[in-house]
Amino acid sequence: MPSVIAEDSVGIVNSQIYSHTQPFTLQCGTTLPSYELVYETYGALNENKSNAILICHALSGHHHAAGYHSMDEHKPGWWDTCIGPNKPIDTNLFYVVSVNNLGGCHGSTGPLTLDPETQKFYGPSFPSVLVRDWVVSQSHLADHLGIHKFAAIVGGSLGGMQALQWTIDFPERVHAALLIACAAKLSAQNIAFNEIARQAITTDPNFFAGRYVENSVKPSQGLMLARMIGHVTYLSDDGMRDRFGRELKSGDLSSGGGVEFQVESYLHYQGRAFSKHFDANTYVLMTKALDYFDPARETGDDLVATLAPVKAKFLVLSFSSDWRFPVDRSREIVNALIEARKNVAAAEIESDQGHDSFLLPIERYVRILRSYLIRVAGEVGK
Amino acid sequence: MKLRADLKLISELVNPNARVLDLGCGEGDLLAHLQNTKQVNGYGLDVDADNIRICIDKGVNVIEQNLDDGLSNFADDSFDMVVMTETLQSVREPDHLLKEMLRIGEECVVTFPNFGHWRCRLQLLTFGRMPVANHLPHSWFNTPNIHLCTFKDFEALCLDLNLRIIQRRVVDYKHNEYTWLSSAPNLLGTVAFYRLGKNS
Repeated sequence: MPSVIAEDSVGIVNSQIYSHTQPFTLQCGTTLPSYELVYETYGALNENKSNAILICHALSGHHHAAGYHSMDEHKPGWWDTCIGPNKPIDTNLFYVVSVNNLGGCHGSTGPLTLDPETQKFYGPSFPSVLVRDWVVSQSHLADHLGIHKFAAIVGGSLGGMQALQWTIDFPERVHAALLIACAAKLSAQNIAFNEIARQAITTDPNFFAGRYVENSVKPSQGLMLARMIGHVTYLSDDGMRDRFGRELKSGDLSSGGGVEFQVESYLHYQGRAFSKHFDANTYVLMTKALDYFDPARETGDDLVATLAPVKAKFLVLSFSSDWRFPVDRSREIVNALIEARKNVAAAEIESDQGHDSFLLPIERYVRILRSYLIRVAGEVGK
Repeated sequence: MKLRADLKLISELVNPNARVLDLGCGEGDLLAHLQNTKQVNGYGLDVDADNIRICIDKGVNVIEQNLDDGLSNFADDSFDMVVMTETLQSVREPDHLLKEMLRIGEECVVTFPNFGHWRCRLQLLTFGRMPVANHLPHSWFNTPNIHLCTFKDFEALCLDLNLRIIQRRVVDYKHNEYTWLSSAPNLLGTVAFYRLGKNS
């Protein structure tokens, strides 16, 4: 909890709700009669409304990206290292919008919402949501805020996929897209990890086919396991060796009694914390959105053709030790952008922190983000 | 901004709206100039972290890519001009890279320091030491230049690889061009400037 707010923090922030009162038909064909998105904003929208940046969150993210909800809050928002006055996503220059995606569990309409038609929790019957649906719903929020064109749309991992989809579906509404530790589609290995996570959740005896809320329980064990698997894939072998090695939290290796390795303790802690704050149905829904993302599918797997209508310029960043979204996946995007004659800059950041690197204040990474966005600020005007 | 003399020579060869690939683009001066003056669709490859950030500051399309890893990610005939200034001598497979440049590009421009310059020859002949000169400032043990050559060597390679030499120019180490240098390029020229095309 902050005793004082740092100068480069956005400070105390409040979440807001956007209510979409019109029916919204999803890609799967189901129509939501209405929906709500919870979001936060940092900085001020300029007169021309040209300085807005949209932050798209990753699998387990949400709208609270920077600052504190109160002086009692334990930790700042999930991307506080990058968002704030004089930080790379500089709130002195930009109006930053951060939204919790549809189907989420932090306040936007999702499995934990009451279905207005049945007056029951949506739960597992919440319709399948694709990255495209998120992008359209975010565009509704942008309309509501009076933003026609974003100066930049920024996202890591699944967030980068949303930024990429934006440039394809709304070419006129994105000046720059920043794709960080991203991929144009998941690999078989990635889908496999997601399926293991889903199985961990759905086979928990407390899952009740997704109707755990009605049964007054939570599939915490399954969610914890899912998170532990995910977490390992977000780190790297070297990173884990440096951080945990074979250190013991307790017990004695020579007798083998009561042994708990530090890494075990860490994963248990992370898994438990996550299972308290995250909804199991949302986890299943979001991992599926990840798996199904494949914008080139409609053009016969020709990403270059898919990118033809795109007008945005791109910054593509990847991390050397990221094996969940490896450097090669970013190169695929970069090569397609070059072939499609789009403006793109790309850097491969040295880091031993794996996929999680995109959330960390790695010096070279942060400097590039800042350089790129200062340039963008100049291009979109004050 | 004053453009380095050799980059100015190159920019004169590039048509407006052309597609340009700059191998070892450094701080992106050439591409920034071409983007601003000729609206080219240009990309630069580099591996130096500072260079990459400076390119980004300038709005240059810089891609972090090591030339020694090859250029197989670029399609045949996908660029009008592929440029490589003062980089040939430090890559692992210059011959392979030259072929790749003309696979990707309609034309290419290559510049490199001439190891046949009289100062180099004199140092080796009289002192028996590896040459150090304005255009080759490193000592033998810390030089990035692992494939030095002369005008004559380079032209022999072009013949071997069946590459067409469209133009040869000779410049001094400050990249200025003087007609007297052309009288004996291999002896007097410090930097070689070649414009290459495909043999039909």
